[in-house]
Amino acid sequence: MEKAIKRYMPIFVLPTFCAFILGFIVPFIMGIWLSFCKFTTVTDAKFVGLSNYVEAFKDTVFRHSFWYTALFAVVSLVVINVIAFALAMALTQQMRGTNIFRTIFFMPNLIGGIVLGYIWQLIFNGILAKYHTALGLNEWYGFWGLIILVSWQQIGYMMIIYIAGLQSIPGDVMEAAQIDGANRIQRLFKVTIPMMMPSITICMFLSITNGFKLFDQNLSLTAGEPSKMSEMMALNIFNTFYGRTGWEGVGQAKAVIFFVIVVAIGMVQLRATRSKEVQQ
Amino acid sequence: MKKRKIFSAAGTGIFTILGIVYIMPILIVLMNSFKKKVFINKEPFRLPTEKTWNSIENYLTAIDKYELLGAVGWTVFITLGSVLVILICTSMCAWYITRVKTKFTKVLYLLCVFSMVVPFQMVMFTLSLVADRTGLNTPWGIIIIYLGFGAGLAVFMFCGFVKSIPLEIEEAALIDGCTPLQTFFRVVLPIMKPTYISVGILETMWIWNDFLLPYLVLDLNKYKTISIAIQYMKGSYGRVDMGAIMAALILAVIPVIIFYLSCQKHIIKGVAAGAVKG
Repeated sequence: MEKAIKRYMPIFVLPTFCAFILGFIVPFIMGIWLSFCKFTTVTDAKFVGLSNYVEAFKDTVFRHSFWYTALFAVVSLVVINVIAFALAMALTQQMRGTNIFRTIFFMPNLIGGIVLGYIWQLIFNGILAKYHTALGLNEWYGFWGLIILVSWQQIGYMMIIYIAGLQSIPGDVMEAAQIDGANRIQRLFKVTIPMMMPSITICMFLSITNGFKLFDQNLSLTAGEPSKMSEMMALNIFNTFYGRTGWEGVGQAKAVIFFVIVVAIGMVQLRATRSKEVQQ
Repeated sequence: MKKRKIFSAAGTGIFTILGIVYIMPILIVLMNSFKKKVFINKEPFRLPTEKTWNSIENYLTAIDKYELLGAVGWTVFITLGSVLVILICTSMCAWYITRVKTKFTKVLYLLCVFSMVVPFQMVMFTLSLVADRTGLNTPWGIIIIYLGFGAGLAVFMFCGFVKSIPLEIEEAALIDGCTPLQTFFRVVLPIMKPTYISVGILETMWIWNDFLLPYLVLDLNKYKTISIAIQYMKGSYGRVDMGAIMAALILAVIPVIIFYLSCQKHIIKGVAAGAVKG
């Protein structure tokens, strides 16, 4: 069978393969190489060793954006997952209208980041105006604004994953715990959560990497105001590329650093929660 | 039993209120889209009065002055085109990768998985250069870029499903004289229908809302997507027309809500399936 299929390789694989080379492999390799070069376009690239990386680490705005992003990712991870889990628990109880509520909570997830940012900008500025201030005046307004925004956006998504997880817990396990005299809280921590670890792993992975990669919402809600203090890593990299000529190499070096951080955090997180998963 | 009923009714009540609060932001924008622009920033939470009412003027400005319908058209074109191409090409590729075991297919699979974790910022600058050089900076060309950049997730998900299809079915088809192409389109494709829906929905959600990739790749003088058009309204012009922006936001949200309500069940299933595989 393999032989028969093999002859058709060009038809089956080639379109995806070529696009993949063009849309991912070439830009990725070029990106790594260019992070060691000084350039404005590719043709004038000159090898400069590690100086782009040195420059990137020296950039205080970039370092600030790292801490700001890390804090954001952790806070949003906790907020999103706790609320989403609670909602999933509530909406799997016997209650009228659970389907409609699920529909409503999931909806914001389908709206694009730019649109979301401007929707919430109107609301936050409307509220803050009552206290004679605005979103762009304090980096922490932007921070909590973004937390509320991404929670609103992602809670529904995580909730759906948690509901799928809850529904896959076999009923007899829960019944056995009940017969053995476990109360509600014991059942939650000793049965439900251990059984849910695969869903928890995936949700935590998604929310922490989403938090690090956040760009559209950051750009539209605060655009880094006040003076780049609410700028997150992705936006900082974008602004380094397109805001300052001559800094493209540094921007690419920052992008490589960013890539390494995102992969490392994703791996650590997966490892940490995977080890807590139980066999059913 | 009675206690249960009371609890359930109370729950429904609480969640009704929560639900209304949850969709409030969209309702507030909707309300403001009918106000005159000077009143939007001043009193965003007040219902339109006779003085502030602007009927559908904001929508007309958004459509005439900012050419929003064109942007909606291009977004529809890019999303539909890309998703269709991604579904066909990556499912074929995934089937081949799982059925033919060579070093090449193994490496390709690993590269696809790897590409899923790479953030877009890593390749954005070089990708826009590649697109410019190869002339892929049009809505037609961007479909190829999306195929390349979106291949990872799609191939991964399809591979996961193909593995669960029993080999015997395909062997039977091949023995009966089907070519591999016929086997794929007549036998494998119908079995994979649920996966097509899941992948299609995930990719649709991504491409429809994507801002940065089309922003960097497309020739913006000629083509804009909705997200880009809205960012332009807010960003590049000196004076911001809040009224037109409110209208544009609503125009951007409406297709999404229609799409959502019409295939809600599939979307929720697709998300759950995608997450479990991921």
